Amino acid sequence: MRQFSQLEQRLLNEFQQGMPLTPAPYADIARQLGVYETTVLETLKRLQTEGVISRVGAVFRPNRIGASTLAAMAVPAAELEDVADIVNQFSEVNHNYEREHRFNLWFVVVAEDEERLQTVLAEIEQRCGYPVLDLPLLNEHFIDLGFDLKWT
Amino acid sequence: MDMIKDSAFEKALIGIISEGIPLVSRPYATIAAQLGCSEAMVIEGIERIMARGDIKRFGVVVRHRKLGYRANGMVVWDIPDARVTELGHCIGQYSFVTLCYQRPRRLPEWRYNLFSMIHGHDRDAVVEQVGFIVEQCGLHDIEHEILFSKRCFKQRGASYAQKSQPEHAGIAVNG
Repeated sequence: MRQFSQLEQRLLNEFQQGMPLTPAPYADIARQLGVYETTVLETLKRLQTEGVISRVGAVFRPNRIGASTLAAMAVPAAELEDVADIVNQFSEVNHNYEREHRFNLWFVVVAEDEERLQTVLAEIEQRCGYPVLDLPLLNEHFIDLGFDLKWT
Repeated sequence: MDMIKDSAFEKALIGIISEGIPLVSRPYATIAAQLGCSEAMVIEGIERIMARGDIKRFGVVVRHRKLGYRANGMVVWDIPDARVTELGHCIGQYSFVTLCYQRPRRLPEWRYNLFSMIHGHDRDAVVEQVGFIVEQCGLHDIEHEILFSKRCFKQRGASYAQKSQPEHAGIAVNG
């Protein structure tokens, strides 16, 4: 990992939320940081090109837009890549990760409503040939203030 | 759950701000030009969506792996139902815990009802943070497992209301 400048560190750590809803939000951020607006924009563009940030945008709460769930499957190791490919073919699937566990494939499914969500889960089960654990969110127990990056 | 009672305008706006606002001096004016409305309408629209509590965060979205946080552990806990709110709040209070969700058990295959996500520079750091949580919240008698992530097969690209909004697929949700 490369070293991040003081400005980059502050942009990454202090602006994960609270994007100003003003006509020139990057100018407002620049004012807070004591730099030019163009510097903020150039720095953010560079961080995005490098893949350090995915975007400046909104992250929505689960189940506020449509219906979503966390799903898990226990797949034999030799078949994992093929099964992951099948799961990825569904446009309703976003994050799809391998994890170290008997349940080794974990993915998030987002659909326009609960009915569509259940249809997608059933189709995934049928096409992959393994049962899916459907683990929807029941309650959220934390206050999300973004992720506090520790610079070493 | 409150569903968004959204007009076509709000749906389009949600799609755009989820994908990311442009890195230009007047991003909301750029979005307004795209949607054929005024800059003020875009800003008010986002304020309205935020006021409903549908947005968790609006700002820079970081990629943990690229920042040197290579280990990602999903820590799952089997907490007595009567204590899940209390202990969920305890676990969720730490800044290194990025998600803390209660989910249903699926017995007999799945006994865990609380899920927390921890990012660390390496596996040892995650294990150490879990140990810290066990100490601080008094979870010595609570069964837990750490499911470290290995390969990432897909990171995003789910689409909401795909048929009606094909141009704005890709709502980012932490399921």
